[in-house]
Amino acid sequence: MNAQEIIRSIESEQLKQDLPIIYVGDTVRVGVVIQEGGKERVQPYEGTIIAMRNGGINRTITVRRIFQGIGVERVFLVHSPRVASIKVVRRGKARRAKLYYLRDRVGKATRLKQRFDRPL
Amino acid sequence: MSVGLLGTKLGMTQVFDESGKAIPVTVIQAGPCRVTQVKTVETDGYTAVQIGFGEAREKALTKPELGHLTKSEAPPLRYLQEYRTDSPDDFSLGQEVKVDIFTANQQVDVSGKSIGRGFAGYQKRHNFRRGPMAHGSKNHRLPGSTGAGTTPGRIYPGKKMAGRMGGVKTTVRKLTVVQIDGDRNLILLKGSVPGKPGTLINITPANLVGAAKS
Repeated sequence: MNAQEIIRSIESEQLKQDLPIIYVGDTVRVGVVIQEGGKERVQPYEGTIIAMRNGGINRTITVRRIFQGIGVERVFLVHSPRVASIKVVRRGKARRAKLYYLRDRVGKATRLKQRFDRPL
Repeated sequence: MSVGLLGTKLGMTQVFDESGKAIPVTVIQAGPCRVTQVKTVETDGYTAVQIGFGEAREKALTKPELGHLTKSEAPPLRYLQEYRTDSPDDFSLGQEVKVDIFTANQQVDVSGKSIGRGFAGYQKRHNFRRGPMAHGSKNHRLPGSTGAGTTPGRIYPGKKMAGRMGGVKTTVRKLTVVQIDGDRNLILLKGSVPGKPGTLINITPANLVGAAKS
C-alpha cells in the first residue's frame, strides 16, 4: 500500500456511511450533540445550506438561518460524531455552488424556489 | 533515554477523538527496525543501541556497511541510527523494534529534514516586515539598514540576511501520540512534522526538562 491508500484507509474508518444526499440550497435539520453538565443531548439546528466543501473526511456544510432577526451561520463537519443526524427538510433550487449572496438579503428575498425532482 | 524509531512520513489527515473533536494528525510509517549493534561500556566506553531501517538492494551499500550488518544477520539497511540508553542488555543483535515501544498519549520528539526553500528572502527566512507596496515606495521587500556607518565600517557577523533556507535537520518537541497501529506499523502524531511525505523521520520519547532518566 502506498501513502495515499494508507491515509485513505485511516479516514475511511471514520467516515459515516448513512449520510443523506445533500445539495447546496437544501434546507436541513442538523442534530448537534451538546454537553451540558456532564450530560449529552441532541439539539436541532435548522437552516439553508449555503456552502459545501467536499474534502473527504473534512467535508463541511455551512448552514445559515435567521434567528431572532440576526443571521447565524454554522459550519458543520459532516463526518464528526458531534453531528448526530442530518435530515433534509426541503430541496431548494440554486444556480450556483456558494449562496453567499443570501447574506445580503433580508426577508422574503432570502427564499429559494423549491424543487421537486430530487427525493427528500 | 530509551530507544526510538525510524520511519517515513506518509502525510496528514484528521481523526476524531472520543469527545468528537477533530485532531490534525501526521501519519508515520515507522519500523520495523532491527538492532544492528549493541554498545556497552566494555566494548565502546559508553552504552547505546544502534538500529537500522529501510531495506535497500545489496548493491546500494558499501562492503564495509554490509559487513557491519552481517554481524546482526540483518538485510541490507540504508539508515542506521544510534540511541544512548542506560540498559543495553534489554536488546539483542537482530532483534526487531516496532511501533509498540510507544503508547497512545505518550509525548515524543520528532526530527527530520525540513522542506528546502532554496534561496529565500528576508521576509520568508527571518520574518522581517515588508515595506509599503504603494505610494511611490520602492522598498517592498528590502532589509533596511544592516548596520552603522564608518564605525564599525563592517557588518557584524550573524546579521540576518537572505540565503538558503530549509533542508536542515529540525526537531519538533513534545508531540502527542494519538494512535498506534501495530499491524501496519503506523503511528499517528498530533500536529505536523518536518519535511514532505517520504522524509526519513526519527521518533524518540520526549526529552523533558527535569524528567527522570529511564
